[in-house]
Amino acid sequence: MYRYDEFDERFVRERVAQFRGQVERRLDGSLSEDEFKPLRLKNGLYLQLHAYMLRIAVPYGTMNSRQLRQLAHIAETYDKGYGHFTTRQNLQFNWPKLKDVPEILDLLADVEMHCIQTSGNCIRNVTSDQFAGVAKDEVEDPRPTAELLRQWSSLHPEFVWLPRKFKIAVTGAEHDRAAIKVHDIGLKLKRDDAGEIGYEVSVGGGLGRTPMIGKIIKDFLPKSELLAYLEAVMRVYNSEGRRDNKYKARVKILVHETGEDEFRAMVEEEYAKLDGPTINAPQEEVERIAAYFASPAYETLPETSATLAKAQANDPALARFVEQNGFAHKQPGYIALTIALKEIGAVPGDMSAAQMRAFADIAERYSFDEFRVTHSQNLVLPHVKQDDVPAVFAALKEAGLASANAGLITDIIACPGLDYCALATAKSIPIAQAIAKTFADEERQKKIGLLPIKISGCINACGHHHVGAIGILGLEKGGRENYQITVGGDASEHAALGERLGPGIDAADVPAAIEAIVETYLGEKQGGESFMETVRRTGPEPFKAGFTAFIESRTLETEAVG
Amino acid sequence: MTLITEQGAVEDRFTRADTLEAALAADGPVLIPLWLVAEYAKVRPQAEFGLSVTGSTAIEDVAPHLAKVSLVAVEFAAFADGRGFSLAQKILREGYQGVLRASGPLIADEFADALACGFTEVELPETLANRQPVQQWLAAKDTMSDHYQSGYGRGPSILQKRHAARKGASA
Repeated sequence: MYRYDEFDERFVRERVAQFRGQVERRLDGSLSEDEFKPLRLKNGLYLQLHAYMLRIAVPYGTMNSRQLRQLAHIAETYDKGYGHFTTRQNLQFNWPKLKDVPEILDLLADVEMHCIQTSGNCIRNVTSDQFAGVAKDEVEDPRPTAELLRQWSSLHPEFVWLPRKFKIAVTGAEHDRAAIKVHDIGLKLKRDDAGEIGYEVSVGGGLGRTPMIGKIIKDFLPKSELLAYLEAVMRVYNSEGRRDNKYKARVKILVHETGEDEFRAMVEEEYAKLDGPTINAPQEEVERIAAYFASPAYETLPETSATLAKAQANDPALARFVEQNGFAHKQPGYIALTIALKEIGAVPGDMSAAQMRAFADIAERYSFDEFRVTHSQNLVLPHVKQDDVPAVFAALKEAGLASANAGLITDIIACPGLDYCALATAKSIPIAQAIAKTFADEERQKKIGLLPIKISGCINACGHHHVGAIGILGLEKGGRENYQITVGGDASEHAALGERLGPGIDAADVPAAIEAIVETYLGEKQGGESFMETVRRTGPEPFKAGFTAFIESRTLETEAVG
Repeated sequence: MTLITEQGAVEDRFTRADTLEAALAADGPVLIPLWLVAEYAKVRPQAEFGLSVTGSTAIEDVAPHLAKVSLVAVEFAAFADGRGFSLAQKILREGYQGVLRASGPLIADEFADALACGFTEVELPETLANRQPVQQWLAAKDTMSDHYQSGYGRGPSILQKRHAARKGASA
């Protein structure tokens, strides 16, 4: 894991002092509310429906036990005893007081954390693959790139007042778990024909009210040229991005309105003019950062563990957990485990202070003191010895963290929705809870298999509903909450936007509608096909037909009752 | 209007003019918009003058005049409109070495960024200068000792400092 040096340490400390000064200057009237707002947003402080919300950066989703214990302390001292992991691998506190925020920032700085650029019209916290450094299909670990970008994007003098927010994701693997095609910039590490490592650069992906898949504007960028090339992209966007309408201000709109080829030409023209060597990171500095991400001191072990096999044979719950939440590790004898923060009936992504402490102990003891946050609002223990899995499972169970539903229909992503958010038009969390309860039966979940559901409580799409295998969008219609359902969305290397099945429905009808969609899938499914594989083969038509039939049956029921 | 440099408040030598008559009537050098340059230069070919451009101006329209002016003022429509920062970088890239002014309702918190992007002074409307006096600007520019980005500001970036320190250590 990356550790701060004296420069990083001082930078974060000074940023806290700077924010403290900004709060004081707001209170003494030097800064107007309009001026202070973007300044607090650039430090992760939002004004929500009921209170302030503080969003803490978890750079590329990597944390250690000391950091999590500090978050537990903050949750208990300054919040209501819990935190909320987000779809951007960050953590939010929903109830801090403004006066406490500088103190919270000090506590974060004590453990090498900050809230820099977790909001505002600037380059946001860089996200990555939760299995970075673990996955077998990796060309190169994406974390050194992500860390370099964290540093480069922090208080960038030219790009802190962009037309709109800007999100960068990096993956080093063939299978895209970082959803790079729905980011403003998506970077994929790859090799060229000569075996050199570089990046495929996509620009202009995004969700929100105008969802778009990113366009590849550079097929292969040599690794050493990264910062200069990104600077060219950012300069074109900063100069040319629309500022007349915030709903059209993201780079995806610029790419779309300019045209992919013309946009590429603009970037290339800018890139040709700028002086790369003065901008790019020195090679030694790139290597210095990369050294922090060297593999931990693994033991030499056989590929599989007899201890674990025996324990699984004796404990079906353990077997189910390993089968569902285990991820193959590149190191023989090790496994990565997903911890789904999705207990049936719980709020997706929420974690109590007690759970944080218990989990910190587990990560420290069993996973080289490291864990990851996923964009599905789950956690990952990246380096668990297979021999230790029974003990880890027991400890997770004790902490209420052993849900064996990673990737299943009850592992639902949901934005905070009307329960917290000032922008929301509908509830999101209660819908997730209702669906989870409907499908609580483990056998039934297993039969349905992988089926990620994503729910957003408004058109801004923080719940990523466009790329949910089943997506649910809550809107307000004539004073009622109304939910639109899509199928076929995919954030992986097969990136696709979901298609709407029909008219919106009432909240109370959502679980039954999902059941109808699942029935269609089980009827259409061939062999061992997953839900997404079936949708890709059949297209949305059978699902539309099933959904229409469901709506008709509902209408008949209502009429019969009425 | 208040004019602030890294050293503090300074007098403005330039007089803004947006008609030819006003420009010709002014004492001392004038600050004129792009569209007035050709007319003014025809009448006063030897006069020193400054050029005022909006943040959205294309560098192709600015570049031909840079050799003739001693001041370029980039007008910021709003403090949150960052186009001027990119334009400043493009102007410097053309080899311009004169005074580069950021003009408009900027806030003190942007001073360090403006300087790092190559601006040498900021011109504020009076209402803003009253709320955020010069002292706040001078304090704000020094809140962060270092920056990560190479190619900005005058000092080396953090990445360059680390690099230099390691080289020194191994030498």
